[in-house]
Amino acid sequence: MDEKLKRDIILDNYQNPMNRGLTDSNGYIKVNTRNSSCVDNVDVMAKLKDGVFIDIRFDGEACAISTSATSIMIKTLIGKTIAETEKIIDNYEKMINEEEEYDKDLLGELCVYDTVSKQPSRKKCATLPFESIKKIIALAKDTK
Amino acid sequence: MNREDFSMLENNIIYFDNGATTLKPKPVVNAVIDYYTKYTANAHRGDYNISQIVDSKYEEVRDEVKDFIKASRRDEIVFTKGTTESINTVVFGFMNTYLQEKDEVLITKSEHASNILPWLELAKRKGIVVKFIPLNENHEVTIDNIEKVITSKTKVISLAHVTNVVGDIRPIEEIGKLCKDKNILFVVDAAQSIGHLPIDVVKCNISFLGFSAHKMLGPTGIGVLYGKYELLNKLSPIEYGGGMNSYFESSGELEYKDLPERLEAGTQNIAGVLGMGEAIKYLKKIGLDNIHKYEVELKKYAVTRLKEVPNIKIYNANSNSGIIVFNINKIFSQDLAAFLNHFNICVRAGNHCAKIVKEEINVSNTCRASFYFYNTKEEIDALVDALKKQDKIFDIIL
Ligand SMILES: Cc1ncc(COP(=O)(O)O)c(C=O)c1O
Repeated sequence: MDEKLKRDIILDNYQNPMNRGLTDSNGYIKVNTRNSSCVDNVDVMAKLKDGVFIDIRFDGEACAISTSATSIMIKTLIGKTIAETEKIIDNYEKMINEEEEYDKDLLGELCVYDTVSKQPSRKKCATLPFESIKKIIALAKDTK
Repeated sequence: MNREDFSMLENNIIYFDNGATTLKPKPVVNAVIDYYTKYTANAHRGDYNISQIVDSKYEEVRDEVKDFIKASRRDEIVFTKGTTESINTVVFGFMNTYLQEKDEVLITKSEHASNILPWLELAKRKGIVVKFIPLNENHEVTIDNIEKVITSKTKVISLAHVTNVVGDIRPIEEIGKLCKDKNILFVVDAAQSIGHLPIDVVKCNISFLGFSAHKMLGPTGIGVLYGKYELLNKLSPIEYGGGMNSYFESSGELEYKDLPERLEAGTQNIAGVLGMGEAIKYLKKIGLDNIHKYEVELKKYAVTRLKEVPNIKIYNANSNSGIIVFNINKIFSQDLAAFLNHFNICVRAGNHCAKIVKEEINVSNTCRASFYFYNTKEEIDALVDALKKQDKIFDIIL
């Protein structure tokens, strides 16, 4: 992806994030996640039906990378099953950590963070929303 | 001032994170190198020439520290790894037996984590009560406000001399006097003040004081706990082992050494102590009064110039130290710090380990520029110029 396009996607998701604002409706699992360098502080809540994410929402204080990554993650995951989500997380983490080959098609827009590892301090920001989703999945499996 | 003494300044950076740690001048670096290249040996062993050199230099630093904070006895000075260890040693070696359930300790919401968490932990373990002194509209401690919260149960007041977010200077001499009148112990966290303001532990009636060398030109991993002799002598060591005992037998019969060795178990950070001694000498040469005066001048200049920056909010324009905390409207502090990093300007973003000061200044994350005597007005100009390019932030950081 071209750098300018990546930046536009990140900025658009930072300035107009998807599903910002929490809800009081029933049936959501809610978690709070903070960046260990003690800046970002984000609540994420998700509703699952038959193992599929039917809604994900968030709110909190976070930087441009972390806010936009949350927004793009939400767009990507709504409609996905837990198993699909786990596969996306796995590929996303491979991309962020520059580990091995990963499935670009599976990640879609999330590929805008493929060079984030050049700024090591921002890696945590890019993975923060996925930390929340992992916690939510663990809770969902627990209550089954 | 003295920029030529700081090798780090040759790296084309503008270092405005002195509240986190300061740069080290050549004499300090050389003192550490000399220990590792000319007379490496353990302390308090004294069996050969170089070990005697180490011994005498190590103990000379104790005298340097004693004079620096105007303590009355050299055995009131204990080397620790820094402020955090010093405060924890006071809380868990002394206060855990001195304080009883329901006794009250007064702190404030602008303290650093290391002067809050030990007390909260003691509250959990022993049922002491931690109370927050209300701050005034400039987030400062006033004697009136302290008097309002003192009760017959108040046994300790524990405060930073200078806070690390707001940067306000506490009236410690008056507070010390109040503590004397009311028979309250006074604990002072001098982490942010030690290399910036003179202190007199006797005149201020300070019971215990802690600081870290790395915030006053010295090495990391070394600092000081001062305690008034009668109190320090009742502090139970947290660590037991070599160097702190006079003898021990298999029967369990044993005796610990007198102060200060009793509180310095194990091989100490000798290189750190020697580096800290050199830092104190260096600071004395420049003079803490001169340093403070210059920092206040830099701060005033920064406040005036930063007001030119669109969308800026400064949270502590009035405090009388070299710390300035700010935000640019609609830009997250961490993003702003990343942006300034692009101009080689080092500032700190976040809550600066003072996680409840947000209840005071009504914002949880800020950028902090903290100055020291080697900073210049030109560097502040560079900060202002960079901040004026704020429109470009996302082109630069994304
Ligand atoms: C006011 C204050 N107290 C305590 C500390 C802790 O010092 P150290 O991490 O050296 O133990 C700091 C350091 O940031 C500080 O600013």
